[in-house]
Amino acid sequence: MSVKLKALTKSIWVFHLAASPCNNCDIEILDLLTPRFDIERFGMQLVGSVRHADAILVTGSMNRKARIRLKRVIEQAPKPCFVIALGNCACTGEMFAPSYNQMKPLDEVVPVDAYIAGCPPKPEAMIMGVVALIEATLAAAKK
Amino acid sequence: MKGWGKMSDKATAKTTIIPIGPYHPLQEEPEFFKLHVQGERVVKLEIEIGYNHRGIERLAEDLTYDQVPFLVERICGICSCSHPFACVNAIEDVGGVEVPERAKYIRMFTGELERIHSHLLWLGLAGHFLGYNTVWMWAWKYREPVLDLFELMTGNRNHYAMFKPGGVRRDFYEEDFPRAARLLDDLLRPLIMFRDVALQDPVLQARTKGVGVLTREDCVELGALGPTARASNYCIDVRKDHPYAAYDKVDWDVVCTSNGDVFDKVVVRVLEMVESAKICKQCLEKLREVDDGIDCNLKEIPPGEGMGHHEAPRGEVFHYVRSDGTNRPVRYKVRAPSFMNVPTNNRACVGYTVSDATITLAAIDPCYCCTERTAVVDADSGKQIMTWKELLRLSRQKTERLLEKYNSRMDRIWT
Repeated sequence: MSVKLKALTKSIWVFHLAASPCNNCDIEILDLLTPRFDIERFGMQLVGSVRHADAILVTGSMNRKARIRLKRVIEQAPKPCFVIALGNCACTGEMFAPSYNQMKPLDEVVPVDAYIAGCPPKPEAMIMGVVALIEATLAAAKK
Repeated sequence: MKGWGKMSDKATAKTTIIPIGPYHPLQEEPEFFKLHVQGERVVKLEIEIGYNHRGIERLAEDLTYDQVPFLVERICGICSCSHPFACVNAIEDVGGVEVPERAKYIRMFTGELERIHSHLLWLGLAGHFLGYNTVWMWAWKYREPVLDLFELMTGNRNHYAMFKPGGVRRDFYEEDFPRAARLLDDLLRPLIMFRDVALQDPVLQARTKGVGVLTREDCVELGALGPTARASNYCIDVRKDHPYAAYDKVDWDVVCTSNGDVFDKVVVRVLEMVESAKICKQCLEKLREVDDGIDCNLKEIPPGEGMGHHEAPRGEVFHYVRSDGTNRPVRYKVRAPSFMNVPTNNRACVGYTVSDATITLAAIDPCYCCTERTAVVDADSGKQIMTWKELLRLSRQKTERLLEKYNSRMDRIWT
């Protein structure tokens, strides 16, 4: 059993990376921390630096300028580290895909571990997505 | 320590640059501030944007009029009703359409409810920026019922998709009204609590009173909008100055204060929420009486141009649309309130300490996804820092070029 992977699923510290979003997913992420959803119950919290992160939540459709920074920030994260595409924009580019300032979807730039769709996904959906990711990782760690 | 008492001019004159961003723990959105500081005092501020530019104006030109509101809704998730509101106002202005009364009240209800949620959101973030997380948790706790109300009335917590040219997409049901009214009533209690907290809390006062002062002259000169201007006694509100929808048919007041500091901006926003709740309740009352349909079946958009505005939570948002008689706009232009408000940071930040900079930068409630209609990228280095002056000059030049181009084209269409 991979200890590293198992440890990763405990108290996930999250870094929030906004790559040209419309702010909506970002606000819903912050909403997760506030009293109604309060994901700090599960040991999850937002961290200020990507160097402390176990998971990176990427939101937004990622334009040319943000893409270079995004790659650099994700490279700085300690590995192993989850990359989660949050919201339709990060998953597919949504209605911004034909734009002149969009390059490619997130999973063509960096490997993505989980996709949480929705515009914006409800906080419940985000929690469900993370739970599914944890279960899949634990199953993989057992092998 | 020796020498601390009389730091020489030479030492204090040294300017250090403190970068904030583009990925900074205090920011929701990627943007980059360069604070030039001498000691602890901010002497200059440079802003670099472009991390949010998605080419929305260009994308709008590929969509039909019916689709454009969905796109402009996604300019910003927090003002996801202000942009469509201004958009449908602009499209209806082209055709000179009169929408049904009921649709107007539904639009206003959505717009004012959004103001409440946006201001509560800002209040929470302001507390967070001050390191006063209790305010953050409280404000967002009381924001949840507002989002519930949105879900009840429109079907989604954010991105309501209520607006369409000529009306609204779905109706409100009368059986939901009692619950909506109750939620609005319940909201008044925390709002009054926030008002008292803002007026009495010593921590909040110490951190915000006399900080980031913006004078009325500065506001007029820089064209500040919304609560930023109204906190400096510059009483502009497009809902009163140039009423659209049915804002002239409900009873409400413009909130204005005179000090122009961050504290006053808090007060203006808190009091505005009370006014918005008042408007929402009146809309519900009117919706019980008015029943003339929600859509006027707008089919054809004639050639011409239209302008639409809406008082978004951050100030007046302005949309311009030019039609050539087809089903798509030939030119779409968005001017978000933060575009006017962000340059005021240059006055409000400079001269104060670094610790005050974050709250001052946040006090205008900036929204960079709304603002970023222009991006300049240097092909060689991949980045280029544009000052606001430069951006403004470029955008003016472009507007002139477009005017020339389209005027000649429009002449051809009209003749």
